[in-house]
Amino acid sequence: MVYTLCFALFLVGLYCVLTKKNTVKIVVGLGIMEYATNLFLVLLGYRKNGVAPILDKTTNPLEFLARAVDPIPQALVLTAIVIGLGVTSMAIALCIRLYEKYGTFDVSEIRRLKE
Amino acid sequence: MSSILPPLLVAIPLGAAFLIPILARRLGRLADALGNLATFALLVIAVLVFPARGVYQIGGWNPPIGISWVLDGLSNLMLVVVNLVSCAATLFSIPYMEQYTSKHKYYSLFLLMVAGMNGVALTGDLFNLFVFLEIASIASYALVAFGGRHEELEASFKYLVLGSIGSSLVLFGIAFAYAATGYLNMAAISTAITGRQSSPVLILAAVFFLVGFGIKAAVVPFHPWLPDAHPSAPAPISAMLSGVLIKALGVYALSRVLFNVIGVTPIIGAVLIAVGVLSMVVGVFLAVGQWDFKRLLAYHSISQMGYVVLGIGLGGYILARGGARSAAALAMLGGVFHLANHSVFKSLLFLCSGSIEFATGTRQLKEMGGLRERMPLTRTTCTIASLSIAGVPPFNGFWSKLIIIIAAIQAGFAWLAAITILVSLVTLISFLKVLRYAFLGPLPEALKEVREAPALMSISMVMLAVLCAVMGLLLVPAVRELVLDPAVAALSQGMEYARGALAGF
Repeated sequence: MVYTLCFALFLVGLYCVLTKKNTVKIVVGLGIMEYATNLFLVLLGYRKNGVAPILDKTTNPLEFLARAVDPIPQALVLTAIVIGLGVTSMAIALCIRLYEKYGTFDVSEIRRLKE
Repeated sequence: MSSILPPLLVAIPLGAAFLIPILARRLGRLADALGNLATFALLVIAVLVFPARGVYQIGGWNPPIGISWVLDGLSNLMLVVVNLVSCAATLFSIPYMEQYTSKHKYYSLFLLMVAGMNGVALTGDLFNLFVFLEIASIASYALVAFGGRHEELEASFKYLVLGSIGSSLVLFGIAFAYAATGYLNMAAISTAITGRQSSPVLILAAVFFLVGFGIKAAVVPFHPWLPDAHPSAPAPISAMLSGVLIKALGVYALSRVLFNVIGVTPIIGAVLIAVGVLSMVVGVFLAVGQWDFKRLLAYHSISQMGYVVLGIGLGGYILARGGARSAAALAMLGGVFHLANHSVFKSLLFLCSGSIEFATGTRQLKEMGGLRERMPLTRTTCTIASLSIAGVPPFNGFWSKLIIIIAAIQAGFAWLAAITILVSLVTLISFLKVLRYAFLGPLPEALKEVREAPALMSISMVMLAVLCAVMGLLLVPAVRELVLDPAVAALSQGMEYARGALAGF
């Protein structure tokens, strides 16, 4: 169920990218898609009443195994967020340059290229 | 395997990408020297690594915990192709990039892109693949916009939007694969899912990978960014993008994941064939009507990628249906060989277009003409490359297309062979048009003073032209067993990949 909602969020982002005319809104749409993916990843490692996956000397390993959440998706999401930051800043930089050149954020007016 | 060479393939371009802007900010010459040194060293290492097979564990952690890099026939071939083209492209950049400012930033981005592609070719870990894919993609978005003119920014934005959608889909696919198995290591995933390929989660993962990597590979119907992005970039970057980027990030990654991790089913094989045929036909018919030289080449890239996908997909289809292994191997051989050939002749064509643009200042075929006397060397190399892409013997494109056609007939798909020949003919027509308008006819008044490209640009073009002429020799049995057969074996062994990669060969 939660996974379906993640996918729905992903589709919201995709819809935004495909239909919006404003370049900044398109970038926001890309961000929504990224975060839907990240949410999905982090939910994969979720466990009800889970504890942080840090093993110290006082914890019983078996109990730790039974209760700790999966740390790998969290590591993945951290990496994916950093990559997403890179893409977003690149996209925003392009939006600014496009605005300088064309004087508009409207993609339907930014079309010097041939069809 | 404990050799130091494989990590250097990523470490050198990454290190150089950060050092060049620091050391060579004021000195363009130093940036040239360092950039070329780096790509040349990479080419040497890629050739040295070529015969090696094995697994390199990063930091000494064994899979499935650590990240492993896998060297097999296919990845080694990919490494040589990537570094060969990047070496030629940097050599070409020395005079060509004088038109632009801040060369150090150019080399920095260029080497980041190379680092990403080498990483994609080497890695045996799905998430690591995604990271390298993004490194290469982000660098290429920036490089497409490098000139900073209207069209370049627009093309780059279009490319960035579609590229990020592709990356998100790939990451979603990776999440599905992780959900289904609990591993990220490709070999471990493939072992864990043996026998349950038809579970819905894995089918969903396969679809996400297909669309995600399909966007990166620019196969029809995911192609609209390519004809804008590739012509807008500076010529050496166009050569890199069309020559190797769409292959390393698209077709190579796709076939690695589908063949070696998830496993081909007849449906996946059929989809690949359909996508390949569609790309071939649509790409070539869109190309014929173009008058912008680089745009025409970009459409041909789509069409030629169709050949590669068709060859590999046909092989996968035959294998999945339990057909003859020899027929499947032949089809894959055609696909893999065409991949290598296409990177050589397409990057050469883009470099030729760059050389003409450098000399005349235009890319419009109608404004050119009569350059045969003024630019004899560019004319010769461009003719060789055009004949290669059109599949005229004895150049390399002919041999790989011939193999794909024979394989299609052997597999009982005579209509596929017919389409392949037809597309080849249309390609020939379109390149005869290029040669006619660029080099024959009267010399326009404005181009009377045109001179041949500078020596370094010529050297890199001649280097690639010679390769076009001799790469047919790769089919001589002794050479083929050394170079192409291992790559085909890596694909056709399919899920057997896991056993090798986990055992460290």
